[in-house]
Amino acid sequence: MSQKVLLNSKEVNIILNRLACQLIENHRDFKNTVLIGIQPRGVYVAERIKKLLEEDYKIADIKMGYLDITFFRDDFRRGDKPLEANKTKITFVVEDKNVVFIDDVLYTGRSINAALTAVQSFGRPREVELLTLIDRRFSRHLPIQPNYRGRQVDAINGEKVKVSWIENGGEDSVYLIEE
Amino acid sequence: MSELSVDHLLGIKYITKEDINLIFETADHFKEIINRPIKKVPSLRDVTIANLFFENSTRTKLSFELAEKRLSADVINFSAGASSVKKGETLIDTVNNILSMKVDMVVMRHPNPGAGVFLSKNIKASIVNAGDGAHEHPTQALLDSYSIQKRLGDVGGKKVVIVGDILHSRVALSNIFALKLQGAEVKVCGPKTLMPKYIESLGVEVELNLRKALEWCDVANMLRVQNERMDISYFPSTREYIQQYGLDKELLDSLNKEIVIMHPGPINRGVEITSDVADSGQSIILNQVENGVAIRMAVIYLLASKIKKQ
Repeated sequence: MSQKVLLNSKEVNIILNRLACQLIENHRDFKNTVLIGIQPRGVYVAERIKKLLEEDYKIADIKMGYLDITFFRDDFRRGDKPLEANKTKITFVVEDKNVVFIDDVLYTGRSINAALTAVQSFGRPREVELLTLIDRRFSRHLPIQPNYRGRQVDAINGEKVKVSWIENGGEDSVYLIEE
Repeated sequence: MSELSVDHLLGIKYITKEDINLIFETADHFKEIINRPIKKVPSLRDVTIANLFFENSTRTKLSFELAEKRLSADVINFSAGASSVKKGETLIDTVNNILSMKVDMVVMRHPNPGAGVFLSKNIKASIVNAGDGAHEHPTQALLDSYSIQKRLGDVGGKKVVIVGDILHSRVALSNIFALKLQGAEVKVCGPKTLMPKYIESLGVEVELNLRKALEWCDVANMLRVQNERMDISYFPSTREYIQQYGLDKELLDSLNKEIVIMHPGPINRGVEITSDVADSGQSIILNQVENGVAIRMAVIYLLASKIKKQ
């Protein structure tokens, strides 16, 4: 197994800043916008973006939640490993809101497909956008594309893209792992 | 999240503490889901479940059906009263006929102890025991323990007394197994005639005096007197039973601490507990019903995840 650094800490942080600015361009004061981190790893990206928006760009009262998609996935009973659920924490209704899904890696698009169904349990959003730190090109199973992308990556099927964060015991960086 | 150690839920006797923890963790997720504006997930949309009730049931049947529907399973219901069982069909024949309609899971209540175990050895489907005679009622015991955990933080180390008709109660037996497995102390309390002979061999103490039992415990689970299972008279009169083993507000308020009151339902108001006790702040009877749906969703989800896709 070999691993290559795709993005180092400095690059990750420059990208997060750019993504935060792009969100401000489209959502201004975030009054009718909610950020939703996709469990488990999208939550780290979402927390970082929220922190940047609040601290560096002084936007107050940003609504953010976590969405777990385990029970909405389309591969239940198909894999060898049992699915592992995480906490959903959405304390607001998304009815008529602009929802921004935030995830770390966009790969097949199936998680986002599940998230689109799952979020409807909390109301009918006005629109849904997708922000992803890494967009793996040429690997989509569904017609899903991000509205905001950090970095586009070409990886073949045997390779894995792993994002690590200071918050989960690593350093801010993105690796390409060959198995 | 890992997997259950069993392919069927036939009784608490057959599962481990880790299984119980896994069921509770999964139930936490489902409890959040059933409090959403839309209370449904699509996980089990290709799973068919047959609810076979060879004995009357209201809340257990509704609770299972709701749990199955909230998981998007296809559900078929069967009640013995309106079936070919009355025409002399055997249990295996009835179930095999239903299974040939491609059913993946069977939830069964049956008056004979061991019916679930018997079935699991003879047919290919996941079996959930929804009560077999006076033997076990595992999902009730799980939801009881889960309700204690939600109210008191933990089941381990808690003192629980089960009061009433222990002899005819599958709820009592499953509860004893579940509570002991999680490290709770358990006493049973009731008339001597309604105590099974070897109950102490399960590691529980018998207390014949209700006041003493209540003063000792953190949680009192008040059981119903199961008149329908009594072939002889086990106590002189209902009035005398109420005097000795009925819990009223006066007795509850006279205790030196605030205990939690549970009841698996259906309640005979004014017999095992009075209305003001059942409706008091110390009672978690309605929480038990809500938690029942989450626990049953967890059990069905975890068992279904072990049925491999054909």
